[in-house]
Amino acid sequence: MLFRYLLILLILMPLKVFALIEVDITRGNLSPLPVAVSPLSIDEKSKSNFKKILEKEDLGSEISAIVENNLKQSGLFNPLNKNAFLQKPDIANLKPRFEDWNLIKAQALITGKVTFVDEKLRVEFRLWDVLAGKEMMALAFTTVPSNWRRVGHIITDKVYERLTGENGYFDTRIIYVSEEGPKTNRIKKLAIMDQDGFNNKYLTLGNELVLTPRFSPTNQMVTYLSYFRNLPRVYLLDIETGMQEVVGDFPGMTFAPRFSPDGKKIIMSFAKDGNSDIYTMDLENRIVERITNHPSIDTSPSYSPDGKYITFNSDRSGYQQIYIMGSGGKNVKRISFGNGLYGTPVWSPRGDLIAFTKLHKGKFYIGVMRTDGTGERLLTENFYQEAPSWSPNGRVLIFYRETKTNSKGEGFSAKLWSIDLTGYNEKMVDTETDASDPSWSSLLTN
Amino acid sequence: MNLRNIFKNGFLILLASLVLSACATQKKAGQLQGDVYTGKDSVEYLASGVADRVFFATNETVLTTASRETLRKQAAWLRKNSKITVVLEGHADERGTREYNLALGERRANSAKDYLLTYGISSDRVSVLSYGKERPVDSGSNPLAWSKNRRAVTVKAN
Repeated sequence: MLFRYLLILLILMPLKVFALIEVDITRGNLSPLPVAVSPLSIDEKSKSNFKKILEKEDLGSEISAIVENNLKQSGLFNPLNKNAFLQKPDIANLKPRFEDWNLIKAQALITGKVTFVDEKLRVEFRLWDVLAGKEMMALAFTTVPSNWRRVGHIITDKVYERLTGENGYFDTRIIYVSEEGPKTNRIKKLAIMDQDGFNNKYLTLGNELVLTPRFSPTNQMVTYLSYFRNLPRVYLLDIETGMQEVVGDFPGMTFAPRFSPDGKKIIMSFAKDGNSDIYTMDLENRIVERITNHPSIDTSPSYSPDGKYITFNSDRSGYQQIYIMGSGGKNVKRISFGNGLYGTPVWSPRGDLIAFTKLHKGKFYIGVMRTDGTGERLLTENFYQEAPSWSPNGRVLIFYRETKTNSKGEGFSAKLWSIDLTGYNEKMVDTETDASDPSWSSLLTN
Repeated sequence: MNLRNIFKNGFLILLASLVLSACATQKKAGQLQGDVYTGKDSVEYLASGVADRVFFATNETVLTTASRETLRKQAAWLRKNSKITVVLEGHADERGTREYNLALGERRANSAKDYLLTYGISSDRVSVLSYGKERPVDSGSNPLAWSKNRRAVTVKAN
């Protein structure tokens, strides 16, 4: 299995419960926590073994660089410059001299050790509270060497969880649409990459237009729209086997697919005779159920995490607005009432918020509101941006943004961006090509 | 010159100036009526005098008077060429979310299709295909480019 790769996790020592440092995540990155990520120590023999297998000079430093980058990108941590570190990695991992780390103003310290054992990669790491002079956490993993980047992400998740009290989101992937070529005839491919942009892979060849990929809850399947044979239909793709199949037998365009939280159904729009309504199809028994029945456009459905409700986009009031309803289609209620048009509602994995795209006075916004429509908060404004997708901990949104094209046809680009729920830490997510329609996976290790 | 003649000449002059100013406004607005495209750029012809596409206002799917005239000509041409089948391709501009635009394109294509059907064209000769905002004809990010992209195009399928 691609994702659940042999990953043994063992706790070296009982977790200490009296942590003194804590990261306040409600305020964003106003004062990121200074943290020292010491390179993971590695003995010479392990070093040369990994060099042979992975072509990495010093795997310990490589893994700690992943951790460092993840922490920095979160906006909540400020990894300190390694040149200032006084203690050697192997000694620091045994017993840090807290005065030294205190001197460079580190509040947390991460140390660790990498070894080559029975053809496997063994990594142990420790998180230290520098001010209190105490160990906060110690864990070890054993996995296949090719998983080395994931080890860096898992360490980050553990550190993040320990220091913020929330689940991490680093051992995750992004599926998106890679874009190339002129705007009037874009070549689009499904692509998948690690959350930090590494291990990019293309899943389709670009022979047909593909749009809006979304992960299944277990991340093994993807549902998306393909124009295969010029028939826009919702498809299902098994990432491991590459097997594709069309979802259902609809006499017209199906689009805007997503999985139900239990992974058993696909919810999507079906357009016929100028009217789009929302349907579900059960993936086991293939039973199709019609959820909305209204002459307006009903699209962009998204389930609440408990599967009891659906939020969707409809223009039944005359303009695009956001609605919620029971999962069977009853009790439809409009929740967006601000100025402008609203689209692409997505329910937060925490259940308390709905992220959306808003168009108002020629500008596009990514925002969030409570599920009853109150507390609308716009996080970012731009010429064009849409389609937010939540990180699995409900903390970060990823979306895509397009730039203006001048009358000569120049200046266009489509890129992925992410932003913290607080509206801080807005940044571009690097991709090899232009990119759109991002969808964040759940944590690969649960 | 009697009063009547003065009135008549004055009227002509007034009319001429109205026409001139209308030309000026049209030039300024750049082939737009409201925000519906009325120009000929990008338009192709199914046959002599039979334009292949109709244009829509922002977020609208209703056919304008000019669009209905174009579609009547298409219907006449389809009646004359009874073996031809067509695909109505519906498109939206880039100023909307991808998923909503797919639905909007489908609605626009059907709006044109329905009009053809009222002129006796059999529904199995006309299929629809929405491209949403995926296939603009004009890549510009300006109101004129957007107006050209909000369209339903009749494409020969055989």
